[in-house]
Amino acid sequence: MNLYGVRAIYGYEMARTRRTLLQSIVSPVLSTSLYFVVFGSAIGSRMSSIDGVSYGAFIVPGLLMLSLLTQSIANASFGIYFPRFVGTIYEHLSAPISAFEIVAGYVGAAATKSIILGVIIIATAGLFVPLRIDHPGWMILFLLLTATTFSLFGFIIGIWADNFEKLQLIPLLIVTPLTFLGGTFYSIDMLPAPWNRIVLLNPVVYLISGFRWSFYGRADVSVGISLAMTVAFLVGCLVLVGWMFRTGYRLKK
Amino acid sequence: MSPIVAVSGLSKVYASGFRALNDVSLEVRRGEIFALLGPNGAGKTTLINVICGIATATQGRVLVDGHDIVTDYRAARAMIGLVPQELTTDAFETVRATVSFSRGLFGRPRNPAVVERVLRALSLWDKRDSTLMTLSGGMKRRVLIAKALAHEPQILFLDEPTAGVDVELRQDMWQLVRGLRDSGVTIILTTHYLEEAEQLAERIGVIDKGEMILVDGKDDIMRRFGKRSIIVRLQAPAARLPESLAGYALALSPDGTEVTYTCDTTGPDTGVRALLGALDAAGIPFADLRTKESSLEEIFVGILRNQS
Ligand SMILES: Nc1ncnc2c1ncn2[C@@H]1O[C@H](COP(=O)(O)OP(=O)(O)OP(=O)(O)O)[C@@H](O)[C@H]1O
Ligand SMILES: [Mg+2]
Repeated sequence: MNLYGVRAIYGYEMARTRRTLLQSIVSPVLSTSLYFVVFGSAIGSRMSSIDGVSYGAFIVPGLLMLSLLTQSIANASFGIYFPRFVGTIYEHLSAPISAFEIVAGYVGAAATKSIILGVIIIATAGLFVPLRIDHPGWMILFLLLTATTFSLFGFIIGIWADNFEKLQLIPLLIVTPLTFLGGTFYSIDMLPAPWNRIVLLNPVVYLISGFRWSFYGRADVSVGISLAMTVAFLVGCLVLVGWMFRTGYRLKK
Repeated sequence: MSPIVAVSGLSKVYASGFRALNDVSLEVRRGEIFALLGPNGAGKTTLINVICGIATATQGRVLVDGHDIVTDYRAARAMIGLVPQELTTDAFETVRATVSFSRGLFGRPRNPAVVERVLRALSLWDKRDSTLMTLSGGMKRRVLIAKALAHEPQILFLDEPTAGVDVELRQDMWQLVRGLRDSGVTIILTTHYLEEAEQLAERIGVIDKGEMILVDGKDDIMRRFGKRSIIVRLQAPAARLPESLAGYALALSPDGTEVTYTCDTTGPDTGVRALLGALDAAGIPFADLRTKESSLEEIFVGILRNQS
């Protein structure tokens, strides 16, 4: 086990975060806070509460999920794409370090960053809306799982992409729309007849539902299913990454 | 003693279908400086990339100090430092940070003393806190060498270390390479400056179109393929050489003042004495004479020309 190697990659990525603090932490916190101000305080006061949760508080888990997803993907995909792009990846490939250890370094750092971000956002949200967390253990579990899973997903995108456009493609065209439609701003049973079933095809619904349950004890689907979906996605990503390294896909010449 | 790098039957076919290496076998001896020579596109970088884990072999195997580079890659790679041909560095990191990173990546604990020693050896200590993008090309090259040395490897691959490097730095680089060799590091380098190989290498491998066409000691190659010429300056220009000298395969310079004799350096007698006697006998007095030996460059060009 090359722990020094994992630490080197992790440290390098965290140093990159510190260098780009404005872009990686301040900016997502600011934009999420704007949602709280607009929807939580301004518009939210005119919306009726959902199952006894004020609208401003209701949207917090979904917005948090949106930040977690987009930031985890962005951080991890850029982290591995950049050395491929400039060519410094030669060093990783020639080092006595396993695929798993490389992933641990990059994904660990991206997930850490997302978790820090998540905690800051929760704290900020608390300033604007009446927040409560009924199941803190579950909340932390979902936070860790989501950050890790989507950092891993970002890592896959960073290996798959062979130009900057592709790097942005999946986050912009798939992840963000799915998150907006996945129940960030509404409860699924507020939707009319066929749509409340169709949305169940959207995997993000399960993430947001489970996460919201850990806050307010109410969910669109059962929390067990939410957890199972998250874990399934994590395992799927792990299998894919394993395959990428085994075959040298887009990594080795 | 067993070779430190043993390549056997190695072939590499790129995804494009191009065969860059064809059944290459090679043994590099412990502690030597080995120069890998060959024209552009011969496959030198490909060979290095396969040994170091950047490219996968299509066929064949490589042992590094007895460790298979695929099944026992950790042990194999921990011994190797690689300086790639292309100048690929980060932009925003500092010199010291990037060298420490390399050491960690290769599984060694932090050691500021080693990093300092490496930076000083490469005259980079003054630049330790500079970001990489502010460095000149030659300095970046040195940073890449420092990164490769950060984990104290026993084998160092230098892929064209002196491309685009000024005269002074090149001398420094040679000094450094010799110093490393003296401390027991095996060095495998590629270069297009044949003089560099002549100065540094103990053994030489010539690769062309993906095939290893010659591997031998440098001195053996120089002796085997080299020619020594003796150039005799005549007292008075000669219009042509007499028949009596036909057996010597002489060449007369266009202005008729010099005669060039190419002699056999492998036999015990170079035949110079006989030639001078014959010149005297033919009534062509000579004023002076000098010798000229073929450089590795001339030998190299000759070998490649023979190939095609
Ligand atoms: N990734 C690749 N895909 C396809 N062909 C490649 C790839 N990399 C190199 N080649 C081809 O393989 C051959 C050998 O290339 P290589 O870089 O090993 O040559 P080299 O001996 O290092 O040359 P140079 O002296 O120019 O550095 C060349 O014909 C090159 O075009
Ligand atoms: Mg090359």
